[in-house]
Amino acid sequence: MRDVAVIGVGVTKFGELWDRSFRQLIAEAGAKAILDSGISGGDIDAMYIGSMSSGRFVGQEHIGALVADASGFSHLHIPATRVEGACASGGLAVRQGYLSIASGVNDVVVVGGIEKMNDVSGEAASETLATAADQEWESFFGVTFPGLYALMARRHMYEYGTTKKQLAEVAVKNHSNGALNPNAQYQRPIKLETAMNATMVADPLGLFDCSPVTDGSASIVLCAADKAKKFTDKAIKIIGSGQGSDTLALHARDNLCTLEATVYAAKKAYKQANVKPSDIDVAEVHDCFTIAEIIAIEDLGFVKKGEGGKAIENKITTLDGELPVNTSGGLKAKGHPVGATGVAQIVEIVEQLRGTADKRQVKNAKVGLAHNVGGSGATAVVHILEAM
Amino acid sequence: MVEGVARFWREIPQRYNLIGNECGSCGRVYFPPREPCPFCRRKSLGKMKELKLKGTGTVLTYTIIHSAPHNFEGQAPYPVAIVKLDEGPRVTAQIVDCDVNDVKIGMKVQSTFRKIQQDGNIGAIYYGYKFKPLRNKK
Amino acid sequence: MKDIGIVSYGAHIPRFRLKTGDIARAWGKDPEGMASGLGIIEKSVPSADQDVATISVEAARAALDRCNINPQDIGAIYVGSESHPYAVKPTGTIVGEAIGATPLLMVADYEFACKAGTAAIQTCISMVKSNMIKYGLAIGADTSQAAPGDALEYAASAGGAAFIIGKENIIATINETCSFTTDTPDFWRRAGRKYPAHGGRFTGGPAYFKHIMSNAKNLMDLVKTKPEDYDYAIFHQPNGKFPVKVAKMLGFTYDQIKQGLLSPYVGNTYSGATMIGLASVLDVVKPGDRIFLTSYGSGAGSDAFDITVTNKIKDMDRKKAPLLSELIENKEYIDYAAYAKYRDLLYLE
Repeated sequence: MRDVAVIGVGVTKFGELWDRSFRQLIAEAGAKAILDSGISGGDIDAMYIGSMSSGRFVGQEHIGALVADASGFSHLHIPATRVEGACASGGLAVRQGYLSIASGVNDVVVVGGIEKMNDVSGEAASETLATAADQEWESFFGVTFPGLYALMARRHMYEYGTTKKQLAEVAVKNHSNGALNPNAQYQRPIKLETAMNATMVADPLGLFDCSPVTDGSASIVLCAADKAKKFTDKAIKIIGSGQGSDTLALHARDNLCTLEATVYAAKKAYKQANVKPSDIDVAEVHDCFTIAEIIAIEDLGFVKKGEGGKAIENKITTLDGELPVNTSGGLKAKGHPVGATGVAQIVEIVEQLRGTADKRQVKNAKVGLAHNVGGSGATAVVHILEAM
Repeated sequence: MVEGVARFWREIPQRYNLIGNECGSCGRVYFPPREPCPFCRRKSLGKMKELKLKGTGTVLTYTIIHSAPHNFEGQAPYPVAIVKLDEGPRVTAQIVDCDVNDVKIGMKVQSTFRKIQQDGNIGAIYYGYKFKPLRNKK
Repeated sequence: MKDIGIVSYGAHIPRFRLKTGDIARAWGKDPEGMASGLGIIEKSVPSADQDVATISVEAARAALDRCNINPQDIGAIYVGSESHPYAVKPTGTIVGEAIGATPLLMVADYEFACKAGTAAIQTCISMVKSNMIKYGLAIGADTSQAAPGDALEYAASAGGAAFIIGKENIIATINETCSFTTDTPDFWRRAGRKYPAHGGRFTGGPAYFKHIMSNAKNLMDLVKTKPEDYDYAIFHQPNGKFPVKVAKMLGFTYDQIKQGLLSPYVGNTYSGATMIGLASVLDVVKPGDRIFLTSYGSGAGSDAFDITVTNKIKDMDRKKAPLLSELIENKEYIDYAAYAKYRDLLYLE
């Protein structure tokens, strides 16, 4: 198994981008990443694209080929594959790209993530997001996607005493970080009261506990670590990659307050990277809902099970805390263009480890972690990166 | 154009009558039914027995849905819970016939037959299970 | 028909209630005046997820809970209603599947305004009598519609009851039944229309009273009885006044009809009306009690039954399923706005 490095990154602005189409967004992110990497088109061995539901959002499947085409590479006949794992589509695309280089098959791979969610109505977008859940035994009965995380939140509150205030603090922290991110969908801090008193979506989760509907794209260029110097001196190595799965339906899980897929993926990644949770300097975790961030920092081993709420309250995960989490603003403030998220998380970690995260820079960040989840936890993928 | 009905028709035994199955090898009960048993795997092939669940259970967790999907609009706010059936399997379902504020973790419930959704005013009606507070038979 | 009768019974009434006074207020009428004039205090309203299929299934399952028969031994199901969820696709098939009686089963849906359920009972009796089937399931249920602001809106409610008819282990024999039918256009609903129409005061004398009076007298002639021979009497109850009046005209007392008179508390459940009245009476009967039931359905017709409770009623634990008293008390009040939403009175594109 060869080492793999990230040699280029690119993101578009995230938000309600009426003027930008699906094809324009992915081409923009890809071009930025390729320019940043120092490679040229002819160096690309393969492309992996993560998108949850291009079919339902823009009526378009077959997007592996579409993206290679929109990026201007159809004449090179590069193998281009779409990867899907609901909200983990981006992270899975990163892993597929990583595996294809680590195994020796490819040297240079472009990975992209894209979702264009605003071309359909808000109701249609919600229904599409709900396809990440179990259609026959969850969505059919009216639970909704926020409802699933609300079921987790209620149980977490019952077992560990997590409070609505602690959930709101996650939103406040992420908005405060988002305000420092020029590409974030929301760039204004919010007050705790605003988050706590927001319109109810699925009790106990309100509007500010939920990540938004977003358009956006992100892209990275991966390269065999021993060839990276050919293109750039800003390479960041992927030192650990792990992926796990679990039951599709939340109700079929053994434990409603733990995402075992995350625990499994993280264990694999930590083992491969030969690091412990306490070695991580900065992390991007999957905060599709505020409760998801609280559960994530427990499942990733940053704090003990049940102590996630206290950690937020004690400001351990703020930008200047012991372990800054979601410096980009997270899915909550940066936005959650579903397929792009997993790739955008890698972009943020790379910026942090390069020292180019500007106002969001974590001092002395040497080792970073990105955590991407699909649905209510049926898929999870974790990557650990280190400056070379 | 009405939506395809086969997907819904196929699940009628499960949604109307909670028909699951039991592993002839280890005795674990599954709902919805599955073959083979994930624990016994090939040892359970051909040994899975159909089982009608009683419909009684306990609420493990719940939420109140305020922002309802399009087929459930008129019902919001409504409670949804994960119910652990007495035989072991867990289901996700609406809780009905009680005040929204009366739903609690640990509450005893029993299944009831209700309309789950319908395909507009022209398509088919899909019935299935919801849960109401357990009735004391004394 | 000595050895044919009711093996078991069950009923269901949705929980929501709307007070007559609140309907009156919505339309600028006198709340107390309307309630006392009609003899109805409040009516039952189905929630958005309830319809005749769900009510029929609840009632049928309640009937099965009270006895030990194997649902596969039910040979026929007839569901009578004027608000079947589908105009074409019988409610009976949904009920049959939900109680495990399929696939060796005869099914059809019935319509005869408020007496479709009792017509179903008559059919089951004949099929059991002719040994075509072992048990028959007759259901009368409705989530009746009424035009907003119309007089019928005060009474049109939701509910139903199910009766298993057979020859073995019967808790009450159906000694005799007869019917009186004419072409009388007192109340109807044209195909494809949402709300029924009616002939105003014509629905009284020439319709309700003529058919019930004639049929009741015919039945008592047939079985050679007088009103005082009965412990209980149930008459169709479109409001709280008509059944009291017709009982008096026939020579029955208020005490005889009290137990089976439910419309003051739940409104007129149409095809369910006399059916839930009979279920309410069965909740309290003792061996040897005699019951007189006369239904009425607009259009028009009446079905009458002479019923005697057997000793087997003592072997039945009636509490295994909700009694009518429990169903009536298990309620939650809603206002006219919620009612309008649940009954699809608000036009949504």
